Formats: sequence, structure tokens, C-alpha cells
Amino acid sequence: MNNIVILPIIIPMILGLIMVIFRRRIMLHRVLSILSMTGTGGAAAYLIYQVKHEGIQTLQLGGWEAPFGVSMVVDMLSALLLITTSIVALFCVIYAFKSIGREREEHYFYPLFLFLITGVNGSFITGDVFNLFVCFEVMLISSYALITLGGKSIQLRESIKYVLVNIIASFLFLIAIAYLYAVTGTLNMAHLSERVAEVGQGGLMTAVAIIFLFVFSLKAGLFLFFWLPGSYSAPPTAVAAVFAALLTKVGIYAIYRFFTLVFYHEPQVTHLIIGIMAAVTMVLGAMGAIAYKDIKKILTYNVVVGVGFILAGLASFTDAGMTGSIYYLMHDMVIKALIFIIGGVIIAIAGTSNLDDMSGLIQTHPYLGWMFFITALSISGIPPLSGFIGKVYITEGTFTSGYYWLGAIGLITSLMVLFSVMKIFMNSFWGETILSEEMEKGTTRGVMFPIVALVMLTIGLGLGAELLHDYVEIAVEGLMNPSLYIEAVLGGNAQ
Amino acid sequence: MESLMSILIGVFFAIGTYLILTKSLLRIILGTSIISHGVHLLIITMGGVKAGGPPLLGLGSTSFTDALPQALILTAIVINFATTAIFLVLSYRSYKVLGTDDTAQMRGNEDE
Amino acid sequence: MKKPNDIILRGVTKVAVVIIFTFAINLFFAGHHNPGGGFIGGLAFAAALTLMFLSYDVDSVRANFPVDFKVLTAVGVLIAVLTGMGGVFFDLPFLTQAFDYFHLPIFGKTELATAVLFDIGVALAVIGTAMVIIMTISEDR
Repeated sequence: MNNIVILPIIIPMILGLIMVIFRRRIMLHRVLSILSMTGTGGAAAYLIYQVKHEGIQTLQLGGWEAPFGVSMVVDMLSALLLITTSIVALFCVIYAFKSIGREREEHYFYPLFLFLITGVNGSFITGDVFNLFVCFEVMLISSYALITLGGKSIQLRESIKYVLVNIIASFLFLIAIAYLYAVTGTLNMAHLSERVAEVGQGGLMTAVAIIFLFVFSLKAGLFLFFWLPGSYSAPPTAVAAVFAALLTKVGIYAIYRFFTLVFYHEPQVTHLIIGIMAAVTMVLGAMGAIAYKDIKKILTYNVVVGVGFILAGLASFTDAGMTGSIYYLMHDMVIKALIFIIGGVIIAIAGTSNLDDMSGLIQTHPYLGWMFFITALSISGIPPLSGFIGKVYITEGTFTSGYYWLGAIGLITSLMVLFSVMKIFMNSFWGETILSEEMEKGTTRGVMFPIVALVMLTIGLGLGAELLHDYVEIAVEGLMNPSLYIEAVLGGNAQ
Repeated sequence: MESLMSILIGVFFAIGTYLILTKSLLRIILGTSIISHGVHLLIITMGGVKAGGPPLLGLGSTSFTDALPQALILTAIVINFATTAIFLVLSYRSYKVLGTDDTAQMRGNEDE
Repeated sequence: MKKPNDIILRGVTKVAVVIIFTFAINLFFAGHHNPGGGFIGGLAFAAALTLMFLSYDVDSVRANFPVDFKVLTAVGVLIAVLTGMGGVFFDLPFLTQAFDYFHLPIFGKTELATAVLFDIGVALAVIGTAMVIIMTISEDR
């Protein structure tokens, strides 16, 4: 029992509720949102320390023992994702201070943002399938509100699609839960893992696994990403950055949890399907990123490529692949938030998101230009930046497990990603300066801090990969040995 | 009983899917709520229909129905209530702003 | 807009609202061991409020019931979460509940449980949410 486990959920929740009560105090909102992100970050850091030294931390809510009550579990993977979430969300919210606008702030932007974080953190922490559904819904309902906030016509149009797709995905999730409960009679993940291991993962269980895969793929944008480019380019930048950084990652986390803890017995079926989906996702995403001339569209297709690449590591189902995925997952959260923020600043300055209508920004904004250059290198995995280490490990993993085609597609799409972001760089920063400072629609004032901080973070993640390795190793060990998780949750009650 | 429920669930899903595939937003919302009823019935059927007394204290039953599916669908109903409400308000807003509830006319140009 | 003749509706509402409120409170307290509880009690309460909004105009009801329902929702959820925190201070898991039997003047031997506090939060949240939804759609025309 460890009550710290629940803190990353209730800190943003309580502070968000307090904000709703004091609606007009925008300064209070800002202070509380920073406080909440640092609070969850601190709790996550402490949890990492505890997990490293004492093993997986659990909390049985209300004192109801494991298979009967709802368990909250933090293993190293969850803890690493929690701390990355807090950091990324902190900088996104700081960026929002300057960019989101007074009207949205007064319409509960910060509370909704914190409820979104509540849902994201809850999904990372929970050890119960139904609770995972509830946390997903908390996250999704906040995201519905955030995506429509402001009520521009494009937002409304895109959000209807987004809401409908997610409602249907939620139904499928419930259907999958119903089947799972009918077959195994439990919804506690540790208990499920045990039951599935006992009865064997036959055809029926594999079918249930595929339904779950389908649900989480819809949320993660793995193969079923048709809704993603539209929805992520509609909301304001600060919101799009958080969506790109966090929402798809929750789906990815869920796929990881399910296919390493519960449905890991038939990798030649399930993991091969994940591999094929990942490959198709990377190819289609990269094609989209190359084809468009609109910054927002290029960036959203880059999100899709990232999702495919992370899951290639899971498809390989080797230590190296998993290590790479965890590195790449953390890198991707930071880098996607960063590149969306920079993209948003570029759009704000130029007043358009079409690449043909902008050029030569480097004359007036040299720092922004070089920051974007570093980000672009990092996103495509150039050493020594943070994307490199993950790419190496994932490629190694896919080659070891014999999926040469998957590794090859990963590398080729990396080049295409590099091309797509360089296209933004060349078109918007190089060339003849067509915008004088007076003609600019927006400024970089006040938004450089989060950008610089996130750039430092991606450099740090790249150079400090060695330091992180201990922690990632523990996370991989937890993923590859479900018994550790089961032992921590069920303890002596295992039967 | 279970087979009867399964048929009912199938009917719900068919109607819901049909409604979701139509063009009018209001019908789509109705479709999602009908499917949600189908899903809730599915959960309760999967948990076993009427296997014992109601899971309450003081009724003197010896065997009890599994209470978990009931707790699950209560939660699912509440969540669905919230989602439907948001969807309804959203559609209403877009009807006001876009001037149509026909999804085919909503497509519009990307750059506006 | 012509004024509708709704004397019967208003007359019935005056009586029915009291009955529904009483029933809602009864449902709420029944919830500890029997069917009922915060959620359904809150919904019944919200139904009564909606009936009042329907039969009288929004402004006059608001004048007599000056509550911001968004704040009510937030307060409700806050109460629920903070009750859950109660266990944390006694080094018990989050959401742990406690109950005991007390001898109260009128009620005699009564069971008092911390779960009721949680339920109050749930009821307030449900009333708030239901009313926010209804008001959002109805106010804007």
C-alpha cells in the first residue's frame, strides 16, 4: 500500500475543481496549473525512486484486496511516462499562457487541461481494465471540450468526427470488456494475466485480444488514424501540442500493457498483426507528411509515423525492441509537443499555415529557426539527439526477431520524416524574407521559454541516455516478466 | 434467456448502426445512444443473467447474482450520459454555427 | 410571445415538487444498504428542478435558487474526492470508508458512515451536471 500512487491523479483533479469554483481568477488558474504539473512531476519522481529501490508500487483503493477491488499500480514504465507527461504538460501550459487567449482562459481552459492530465495519468496508473476505460473517458471528455473550445466552424466540424469516432471506439472497448469478463471472470489486469496463462490463449482469447487491439489502435492512431490529421489540426496550438504529445501515447501505453501483460502468449499472431499495422502506419503517415504543404498537416502526419515506429518495437517483442520503444516513447512525447509548439509559433508569425506563403523567417527569427533545426534533426533520429538511441534499439530489435522488413521500413520512413520537416525548415526559414517585422501577425515574445526548455530536454534525453538506461532497463524487465507485476499486485493472494 | 438477450442486442446494434450511417446529426446521436443500450445489455448478459438473488443484504438469498456487471454498466451509463450530453450540445452548436445538421454539407473546405 | 394558460401545470408543480424533493432525499438515504443512493437521488432532485424551470420561467426560479450549477458540480466532486482523502490521513488506502453505530436523540441507534459524505458529493455533482446540460441547451435560443 502506498498512497503516493494516487497523487498524480488527484492533484490535477482537485486543483482543476478549485479552478472551476473560482472561475474569474485567471492568475490563480495559471499558478494552480503550474503547481499541479510540478506536484505530479514531484510525485512521479518520488515514485521512480521507490520503484527502483522497492519494486512495483501498488495501492488497493478503499482497502479492497486485489482481484476484488480496483488496484492502482505504478511500475517503471508508468512512472517514466508519468514524469514525462508532467514535464511536457508543464511546458505546454506555459506556452498556453501567452497563446491561448483570454476568452478560452475564461471558458475553463485550465481546468479542462488538468482534467485531461488526470485522465492521462489515471490511464498510466490503473491496474484494472474497467478503470482504464473510465480514465480514457475522463481524458476523452476533456479532450472533446478542449477541441471545441472557442467554437470556430472548422473546430466544430472536425470535433464532430472526433467525438463520433471516439464514442464508437468506447463502445468497442466496452464490448471487448464484456467478452473478456465472460471468458475470464475478472478485470484486474494482474489477475487476468494469471487466468489467461492458466486457460491458455486460445482462439477465443486471441479474438478478444484483437478487439482490444482495434480499440487501442483507434485511440493511438495505429493504422486507424483516419480521424487524426483533421482533428489535431483544428484546435489551437497549445491544445494540439498536448493532444499530439499525450493522447496517442495513452493508446500506445494501453497496447503495451495488454500485449506484454495479458495477451503475450501468441506473439506470432498478435504481435505480427501489430507489426504489419505499424509498418502500414509508418508508410502512410510518411506519405502524408511528404504530400502536404500545410504545416499543421505535415506535423500531424509526423505524429502518425511516430506511433507506427514505437509499436514496431513492441512487434519485435525483444529486450532491445522494448528498450528502444520506451526511449522513443519518452522522446516522442517531448518532441511532438515541441514541434507542435514551434509550428504554432511559425503559423502565428506568418499568419498562414501554407508553406508556399512564407519564407525567410530566419532573418527576423534566427533563434526560432535554429531551434526548429535541432528539433527536426531530433525527430528523425540524428545522433546525439534524443531520437537516435530509441531508433537504434528498435531497429536492432526488429532485426533480431527476424522482422527485417519492419526495421527497413522504419529506417526509410525516418528519412521521409527528415525530408518532411526539412521541407518546413527550407520553405519557412530560408529563402527571401517576404515578411518585414511590422507585417508579422504574431511575436515570439514570451513563448521562447517553453521552446528552449523542451529543446534542452531533447538534447538532455539524447546525451543523458546512459543515465536513463538503468531505469529503462527496469521498465523493460517489468514488461518482459509479467510475473513481477502479478506478484506486486496480488501478493500472497495469488491462487 | 441469454439467447433472447443476444438477439435483442443484435437488433439494437443493427438499428444503431443504421442510424449512425445516416446523414442527419440528430439521428447519429440517437444511433449512438441505441448502440450504447445494446452494449450495456451485452455486459449484463455476459456477466450471467439471473443466476441468483439480488446482491443486497438482508434478503436471505443463498446465492447471489454477480454484482460486478451491474456496477460496470452503472458506470458505463453515467459516462454515456455525459458523452451523449456533450455530443448533443456540440451538434446543437454546430447546427447554429454551420447552419446545417446534414453531415454531407458539413464537409467544407479545409482552408477557411 | 403569447402567454400560455398553464395554471394547472403551475398548481400541480407546487405540490409535486415538494413530493419529488422528499422522495429524492429518501432515495438518497436509502442508498446505503438498499437500492438508491447519491446518483439516483441527485437525478430525482434535478428532475424536480427541471419541472420548476419548465412550469415557471428560468429567471424567477434562478432568483429563488441562486446557485451556479457549474460551481455546484465542482463542489460536489471536490467533496467526493476529499472524503476519499480522509483515509490517507490515517495511513489507510485512498477511498477507505469507515462506519459505526451511534445513539442519536430521535433516531435511536443509527449507523453513520463516511460513505454518506461521499454520496453527498456524488448527489451534488449529479444535480449540477444535469442542470448544466439542461440550462446550456435551453438558455440559448
